Amino acid sequence: MAEAKVAPRTPPSKRDWSWRSQAFRGLIYQILAVLLIGSAVWWLAHNTSENMRIRGIKSGFDFLAAPAGFDIGESLFPFDSNNPYWKAFLIGITNTLRVAIVGIILTTILGTLLGVGRFSRNGLVRGLCQTYVEFFRNVPVLLQLLMWYLLFTELLPDIADAKHFGGFFLSKGGLSFPDPVWATGHLWAVGGLAVGAVLTWAYRRWARRSFEATGRLRSMFWVPVAIVLAAGVVGWLIGGAPSEFNFPKKGEFAVEGGGSLTPEFMAVLLGLTLYTSSFVAEVVRSGISSVARGQGEAAQALGLSKGQEMQKVLLPQALRVIIPPVTSQFLNLTKNSSLAVAIGYPDVVSIANTALNQTGRAVECIALIMLVYLVTSLSTSIFMGWYNAKSAIQER
Amino acid sequence: MAETIIFQSLPARPAPTKTEGLVPWAKANLFANWQSTVTTFVVGGLLLYFIPQFLNWAVLTATTVPNADACRAPGVGACWGVITEKYRLIIFGRYPLEEQWRPLVATLLLLALLVASCTRAFWNKWLLVLWAVVVAIFFALMYGNVLGLSKVTTDRWGGLPLTIMLSSMSMVMAFPLAIAVALGRRSKLPAIRTFCTIYVELIRGVPLISVLFMASFMFPLFMPQGVTIDVLIRVFAGLTLFAAAYMAEVIRGGLQAMPKGQAEAAASLGLSYWQTQGRIILPQALALVVPSIVNNFIGLFKDTSLVGIVSLYELTGSLGLALNGDADWRPFKLEGYVFITFIYFAFCFAMSRYSLWIEKQVNKSKLR
Repeated sequence: MAEAKVAPRTPPSKRDWSWRSQAFRGLIYQILAVLLIGSAVWWLAHNTSENMRIRGIKSGFDFLAAPAGFDIGESLFPFDSNNPYWKAFLIGITNTLRVAIVGIILTTILGTLLGVGRFSRNGLVRGLCQTYVEFFRNVPVLLQLLMWYLLFTELLPDIADAKHFGGFFLSKGGLSFPDPVWATGHLWAVGGLAVGAVLTWAYRRWARRSFEATGRLRSMFWVPVAIVLAAGVVGWLIGGAPSEFNFPKKGEFAVEGGGSLTPEFMAVLLGLTLYTSSFVAEVVRSGISSVARGQGEAAQALGLSKGQEMQKVLLPQALRVIIPPVTSQFLNLTKNSSLAVAIGYPDVVSIANTALNQTGRAVECIALIMLVYLVTSLSTSIFMGWYNAKSAIQER
Repeated sequence: MAETIIFQSLPARPAPTKTEGLVPWAKANLFANWQSTVTTFVVGGLLLYFIPQFLNWAVLTATTVPNADACRAPGVGACWGVITEKYRLIIFGRYPLEEQWRPLVATLLLLALLVASCTRAFWNKWLLVLWAVVVAIFFALMYGNVLGLSKVTTDRWGGLPLTIMLSSMSMVMAFPLAIAVALGRRSKLPAIRTFCTIYVELIRGVPLISVLFMASFMFPLFMPQGVTIDVLIRVFAGLTLFAAAYMAEVIRGGLQAMPKGQAEAAASLGLSYWQTQGRIILPQALALVVPSIVNNFIGLFKDTSLVGIVSLYELTGSLGLALNGDADWRPFKLEGYVFITFIYFAFCFAMSRYSLWIEKQVNKSKLR
């Protein structure tokens, strides 16, 4: 029998500088990619600088120190047209964050309620929640913002005959509400709340320890809430119980005094909240239905009520599935707040757009917008990553 | 002898509780316990209060006469006359009036193509050819300047045809880019992986509006001296880049869901990288993520409403175009908004139902 003689084939070594080596080919591909992208970037940058030179467009961020020359409708701190651009941008950023943070809080509450409502025992509630979700997520958010803005600015009564209920006024000029007059007593109240928070933390720690030791269950929600509120009230009383309010009054042409929300702010906030909460509701619903069936059945077998089952068994487990997609919904809300430019709410995009039109520094202004959103997105995802790690299953 | 046993029937047992039909359903779903009953009355009361009011406004007291004075008459609800008067301007934008059959035919063709693309029987390579043909016809019809059609420059395009064109074509253009980026992000080569990651994270970290600003203000600066690109093409490129980043993440999710054994089996058969990806991994991974891609498309369809901000008059923009400058009809903008809300809703809702259906189809293959 002839023996088949096969010459032993050595596999190409890693250091083999031939086309047969995967490592070598990989290196070539990468060099090509770097060269290609580098030259494309260089080409674009070169064209841009050429174009700017020919058209006489100046570049650089020195314009930020120049006076802005425009007024801003609403800002958290005083601003007039002599103030520099950087301050205008700062106001834009605070306005963006203000609407985004309030929006995220409201969205979380509304979205969770709607998502849980899909599991209600009541058919009407279930149907209503589903109708809400289907309607609000299938209409562009920009259109919703425009519609709310139209409702607030055209269909509400004029300022002269503003709707009046309690200390509140609602009109085309926005919503005015009673505003507490700031006094040192309030500082005491805030201090009391802080002390209450510390006490709560201590109480919860103790309650958890004692639960683990004795199995006795203590209220983890209502007692802490009561502690915080009581501490706040005690602080307020020590501070002399300041209870003066600045009530808005209807003047000839405007509602004066008190705090106020502009129609732009309300339209952006309402539009973003209603739109995003429909997505959050879907995320919550799918998170809850991803919890294994046996969990709910076991909870019922132990005699837990429907509410206890949801609070103590289903939601904590669903949270792990819910957090990552909800994070991206929060980021979407923040990014969608840029649509405020369409209805004139002075967020960072709107300010940058004005600055761009006035100075012609397109590259710088757009870079600033992108930077602001990138920083916000990255920090939000870092925070939510930390929270997600905290609520993940503690494995051995 | 045993006693005679006289047969005595037992009394009939009560019938089992009825579990089907309207009354049992209402008992279980509306009046299960006292909380549920209270909720039913509160929610039902609110519905009974608001729905008749809305119907009264939208149907009973509404008018469809295209006459602004008739709408201003006291006691008149919704003024649908604004739609009968302006619908051509809203749907076709500033496209020349007598030529509007062209965008109509072009859009219907494109819609038919989209429906065909959603049908499994058409999922083969001929679909690509079909796309090329239909897109060519679409542009020929819209732009004209061939076969005796008059030329209509892109600045006059608008309305629903623009919305459908921008969303569907940028999605199709984004698809190959997204596959490349998704593969790149999972590549073993660090330089390529870094580039793809930076691209995806950069685009996903910024709002679409900043990408559109870039397309409209910065792209002209990027081009060499003397080269100008139409604003439609620039916005189109911006949308494509934006959609590709999001779709790349979806596709990457599908790639990650593939068991490692698939790639190893391919490698043991001696398949090269491209053969492995093209013949083994991608077909399975893409089938997994079809529903997510449809959802992405819904998002993009809604997002095209933003291009109005950089002065392209798609559906939302053309509504403003139709009503903002007209003092007679401006007060009835709400009805206009309701009209285009209905259009957007119809498209998005249909697509989301399709997404659910295709998800079931995809999952069917996994059941035995």
